[in-house]
Formats: sequence, structure tokens, C-alpha cells
Amino acid sequence: MEPEQAVSKRPFEAVVQEQGATVLRVCRAVLGTHDAEDAWSDTFLAALQAYPDLPPGANVQAWLVTIAHHKCIDHLRAGSRRALPVDSPPERPSGLGIPGGGHAELLDAVAGLPPKQRQAVAYHYLAGLPYKDVADLLGGTPDAARRAGADGVKSLRNALADPPALAHSFSKGELR
Amino acid sequence: MTLEASPDHSEVASLLEPLDAGLETALAGLHARLARDAQLVHTLDIAYRIVDSPLGKLLLAATDRGIVRVAFELENHGDVLQLLANTVSPRILQAPARLDDAARQLDEYFAGARREFDLILDFRLSRGFRLNVLQHLPRIAYGRTESYAEVAVAAGSPNAVRAVGTACATNPLPVIVPCHRVVKSDGSFGGYLGGADAKRALLTLEAAA
Repeated sequence: MEPEQAVSKRPFEAVVQEQGATVLRVCRAVLGTHDAEDAWSDTFLAALQAYPDLPPGANVQAWLVTIAHHKCIDHLRAGSRRALPVDSPPERPSGLGIPGGGHAELLDAVAGLPPKQRQAVAYHYLAGLPYKDVADLLGGTPDAARRAGADGVKSLRNALADPPALAHSFSKGELR
Repeated sequence: MTLEASPDHSEVASLLEPLDAGLETALAGLHARLARDAQLVHTLDIAYRIVDSPLGKLLLAATDRGIVRVAFELENHGDVLQLLANTVSPRILQAPARLDDAARQLDEYFAGARREFDLILDFRLSRGFRLNVLQHLPRIAYGRTESYAEVAVAAGSPNAVRAVGTACATNPLPVIVPCHRVVKSDGSFGGYLGGADAKRALLTLEAAA
């Protein structure tokens, strides 16, 4: 046994139990609920493969978010390749008036954010990465990452305050 | 302006709460999928599951070579998994499928319906004389016992009675490799890593069948 192995690395199962939920939230924010599951699977399979090489004492959550970031980008690219141009986005079921609602509006609002803002919000607010680390993932400066995060949050708040108006702005404004 | 640029963390977290809808259910499915996928691409070095038994919960762990560890609750399953991570590999997942056979045969054994285990075992946690001892143990017939001294002779070192005790006390595969069939020369049970009650229960089970 190498001495590094003696500095104990926890069983991977413990990593999944501890970080699985955070990584799934991040993938959901960046990709939407459906593709998130594929990205989560890709992330943890790759992480399991690489786990023995992770230096002991490394920040496991930041490591996983970095892997998830790359896997999500793969899915975003694959998605944009798959996507066919349409005149208007498909109708989504509205969550309006459903008790305990606001869920569909939030998910729609997150989906409507530009990717950089979505990623900045997910990595900073869901995964707790400092903006310096967010900037390492997204490119650009920590200030730019901070702005993207703050703009994203502002848009989400506006969207939730006024959902119907938002639906209109999506159908024309954001989709090219 | 700086304040405006940094919205409150917990407030934003609660804003994003709808992302948690159905999270637990999704994670259970994803965990099962990860265990399956990892098995397929051979990145799962140790699969484990926890089974109920008359001796309490048993941890069963297997490498791709075979069953590598059976552990009593008394040993603390978390500690046992950590030790496997340190000595074999940290690529460990709860993945029941690899242990279906072992779980079924243990059920049959505890029901008195099985006298021998037909499982592939991975003895990598044992070496040297301890390994000799463990390899002899399955030759002690179901319902019979041998003394530590008799086992020492059978393992090729008549003077190593104490070492036989150590080999039994550190048996990584209790129940399946029947160290419980080794008792003191005066007929008393001697120690057992699952506790004296567990050893008594196993010998009673085998005597009754």
C-alpha cells in the first residue's frame, strides 16, 4: 500500500450520499430536469473512475461541480445540435393557479436565463463556489461572474413577480 | 453597489427551492443506475450490500474476484468500508446485484437449509499462515468443531495455536468461512469477532439441523 492511501479517502458511496443532491440541483438548474439526470450519471461515473487519483484532502464538492460543468456543456452542445429551428417554442403546461405552484414558473424562468447566468447562479448559489472559482469554470473575471450571478437572480425575481409577462418575453425575445 | 451585486445567499437558495421537487426519488433511481453503469464499465472495485440475519445486519462486500468481506454490526460497517477503501480501493458503492448469490445462500444457511457455501471468495485480505488457516476451515464439516490446536496441526504448524486464534479473530469472511467451528480444547467456545452470542447461535443452529 502506498503511503498516500494511508491518508484515508472515504468510500465513494459516502461521496454520492453527501454530494448527490447538490450535483443534481446544479445539473437541473443548468440543463432542466430531464437532461439533468443524464448529466448527473455522466458526472458520477467519470468521478468514480477518477476518484483514486484525486489528491487526498482535495475539495470534493468543487471537483464534482467542475466535472458536472463539463458534462452539462456536453449536453448543452448535443442539445443545440439536436434542436430543430421552430417558429415558436412548444407550449408548456402552466403552473399558474396550482396550489403550491410557482414551481413551474421558477423552472421556466431558470431555463430562460442566458447560459452564463444560469451557470453562475447554479455554481455560486447551489454549489457554494466562490465567484473566483466560478470564473475559472466560465472564463472571464470574478467580477464578470459575480455580475452574471446577480443579473440571473434579478431576472428570476422579476420573472416570479410577474410570470405572465415573462412568458411573452420568452417566446419572442430570447429565442433566436 | 457591492451589496446590490451580492444577493443574500439563503434568500436565493429558497428562491431556487423548486429545483428540489422529487429530488430524493430521482437520486434513488440515479444511484441504482450509477451502480449498474459502473459495473458495466468495470470501475466498481467493491460492491456491497447490507442484509438482515438472525445475527443482526451483515455487511457483504465483493470485488470482481469474489466475496472479500463479511462484517458484523459489532465491527461497525462504516469502519469496515473505510478500511476496505484504504487497503483495496475507494471505488466502493452500495450495489446489491453482485451479492445476490451470497445473500440468498446466507438466507438458506440461517434457515437451516444449506450446509455448505458455493461462492467464489477473494482472500486478498489474508496472507501467509492466516490464509492457510482460513483455507482449512471449510473442511471442518457442518455441525462439527475442531480445537485451535487441531487446526494448527492441520494448517501445518502444530505450535502455532495462538496464531490460529488470531487468524480466526481476524477472519474477513466469518460465517461463510466457518471460524465459528473452532473452539477451545476444553470444549468452551472461545472468542468470536461477532460476539460470543453469535458464535453460540451459529453452533446451535448447526447442531439442530
